Amino acid sequence: MNETSIPFWRDERVLKWVAQIVFLIATLAFLWYLYHNMITALAQRGLLPSFHFLSLTAGFDIGQHLISYSRNSTYGRAFIVGILNTLEVSAVGIVFATILGIIVGVMRLSTNWLINKIASLYIEIIRNVPLLVLLVFWYTGVFLQMPRLKEAKFLPGPTIISNRGIAMPWGKPTATWHTYLYILLIGLILAAIVWWRLTLIGKRTGRTPLVSAWSTLTFLGMAVLGWLALTLFAHQAPLAPDLPYIKGLRTVGGLELTPEFMALFSGLVFYTAAFIAEVVRAGIQSVSKGQIEAARALGLNGFQTLRLVVFPQALRVIVPPMTSQYLNLTKNSSLAVFIGFPDLYSVAGTIHNQTGRAVEVTTLMMAVYLSFSLVTSVFMNWYNKKIRLVER
Amino acid sequence: MSKRIFYVLGVLVVLGMLLAACGNSGQSSNAPQAVKTVIVTVQAKGGSNTPSGYGATLKAVKERGHLICGVNSELPGFGYVDDQGNYKGFDVDYCHALAAAIFGDPSKVEFRPLTAKERFTALQTGEIDVLIRNTTWTLTRDTDLGTNFAATTFYDGQGIMVRKDSGIKKLEDLEGAKICVATGTTTELNLADQMAAHNIDYTPVVYEKADQVYGAYDEGRCDAVTSDRSQLVSRRTTLKNPADNVILDVTLSKEPLGPVVRQGDDQWFDIVNWVVFATFTGEEFGITSKNVDDVKANTKNPNIRKFLGLEGEMGQKLGLSNDWAYNIIKMVGNYAEIYNRNLGPDTPFNLPRGLNSSWKDGGLLYAPPIR
Repeated sequence: MNETSIPFWRDERVLKWVAQIVFLIATLAFLWYLYHNMITALAQRGLLPSFHFLSLTAGFDIGQHLISYSRNSTYGRAFIVGILNTLEVSAVGIVFATILGIIVGVMRLSTNWLINKIASLYIEIIRNVPLLVLLVFWYTGVFLQMPRLKEAKFLPGPTIISNRGIAMPWGKPTATWHTYLYILLIGLILAAIVWWRLTLIGKRTGRTPLVSAWSTLTFLGMAVLGWLALTLFAHQAPLAPDLPYIKGLRTVGGLELTPEFMALFSGLVFYTAAFIAEVVRAGIQSVSKGQIEAARALGLNGFQTLRLVVFPQALRVIVPPMTSQYLNLTKNSSLAVFIGFPDLYSVAGTIHNQTGRAVEVTTLMMAVYLSFSLVTSVFMNWYNKKIRLVER
Repeated sequence: MSKRIFYVLGVLVVLGMLLAACGNSGQSSNAPQAVKTVIVTVQAKGGSNTPSGYGATLKAVKERGHLICGVNSELPGFGYVDDQGNYKGFDVDYCHALAAAIFGDPSKVEFRPLTAKERFTALQTGEIDVLIRNTTWTLTRDTDLGTNFAATTFYDGQGIMVRKDSGIKKLEDLEGAKICVATGTTTELNLADQMAAHNIDYTPVVYEKADQVYGAYDEGRCDAVTSDRSQLVSRRTTLKNPADNVILDVTLSKEPLGPVVRQGDDQWFDIVNWVVFATFTGEEFGITSKNVDDVKANTKNPNIRKFLGLEGEMGQKLGLSNDWAYNIIKMVGNYAEIYNRNLGPDTPFNLPRGLNSSWKDGGLLYAPPIR
């Protein structure tokens, strides 16, 4: 009754499965071979992988640390210091690269000849120079050429600029800082409520009020009121001004930005912004001309057209390539090692050296960069989905 | 969907590696057993590309026809590339001495320039046969890294260089200073230790390569730069205005520098050791590259006759030819010649011998007898 049954060696479904299984086995065997080879070579030298070293005293100092760290801390803590430094420069870098990228991207589309050409020139030059060259340029060509500390430039504030970095006024938390944080939290909750109510009203009436504007205003209002209230009633502002001054061989107080950080930050921002600008330009150009003409016909001005019509549609095209730019920026930050910024790669290099644990340190480092990338991707994918829904 | 599968796979691979690594660490008490098995398997397979076991390195070097020597390429006086593109320097000469002892030809060396950070990995993985790159002998490195340190060729100490106009005279003046230092060196650790001991608050600025360290110091990024004193003397000559910089009269540490080999090949370890001792012995006997033929023809001293291979088959005990030491002295020179050629009064460094004198002159160089 089933005379047409195909023998399994000619059955396409079976063959597909077999091919995949064979491929999987071959891949695993290859990986296992590499792993075995590595372990064998290490065992020959009595260096079996172990993560015990992470709990030993590091014994070296790190120039910049966001958490307390000294030579008595463990290698594990040194590793975390490196991770935080990488995160710091990447996070700040992503924010500024995005802002600059969008500005240049829009400039590139400007009908004003000068603005247009400036943007094109910037993009073409920066995109075609290797990042490492840019970093070295910023470091040795710009920030190390600032005046010496003895001849430091004082800008109002005071902001002290020298080849030791930039020291600027900053806030120092006082006794009321904690209370103020709670007030800010309440402000945030209030803003969320306002946002939610206004959206509901908008949906009901069909006339969308300025949702974001009102909720931002609520938050800022709370922030200002809280500050004034604490200053008046607790007689102490949440933040006291912390002004930098020169003491001996260094500046003390304020926010100190080292030349390494500034060079890495500037290099990453200017480099990535050139790519983001092109992404933004492509996104904007993908919005059909009819949309813009329709917006103009409705009487929207240039900025309104951009904000209300073009950008919401362009974002759909912009976000996915933007994700890879963010990932690039994070991974590119490992070039910091060339200009002496103690990022993850640099610190891990020192740990590798002092302990000789090449495989373990490299594995940890890969795992950390992988998690950074995955977290960024997950967030960007979520955002991408969200704007897709809105766009529909 | 397919994207997600890749993520999961990626994470699994990394986790798997971590787990496997952790799992193995638990068995470290069985390490000798594991090592034995591994060596047996490797030998059964006919050897891997990393020579290991007694005699394997010499055999590999001879089969290859030249020695691969890991050196510094940015440290004038010790290991650097001259304007003709040749490697020159004190450490480089020891590579030549080793080649002279093995092949009777000092030019049979291939040099691998290495950074401080790369050097041990290069040695561990068998990329180089011997590491002669101003490397400090410490307990941790001797044990944890799977390496053996041969006889010290240069006794050094860590110093600090500052600009003359900075007014810094002693360690305490460095309160709040930025100090440039190279990564992956004992210098980095000594600095942290000494500053902690003296309770001095400072900020290290850490670079990958020596050129970056001294470049940044020269641009004024740091108040001071720290390294082995010999290196400071050597690098001072490369600064914009060498005379504006002064090396402080403080020594932060002991830095015995010498050749390093992989653990597990005692013959190779012996060869490297005795090549160093041969240069010491040459100086002790007053034999130089100029008079060595004379001495060889006329000497009646049994100790010198053994040294130059006229009696006793000393070379064969090391797996070399009997005129090994003669070749070293003839082709490269004794310790004093090597030192003076690279660091002595006729060089820009003019580094006093100090601890690096023969024991007969009150120094630390003392070779066990060759007999």
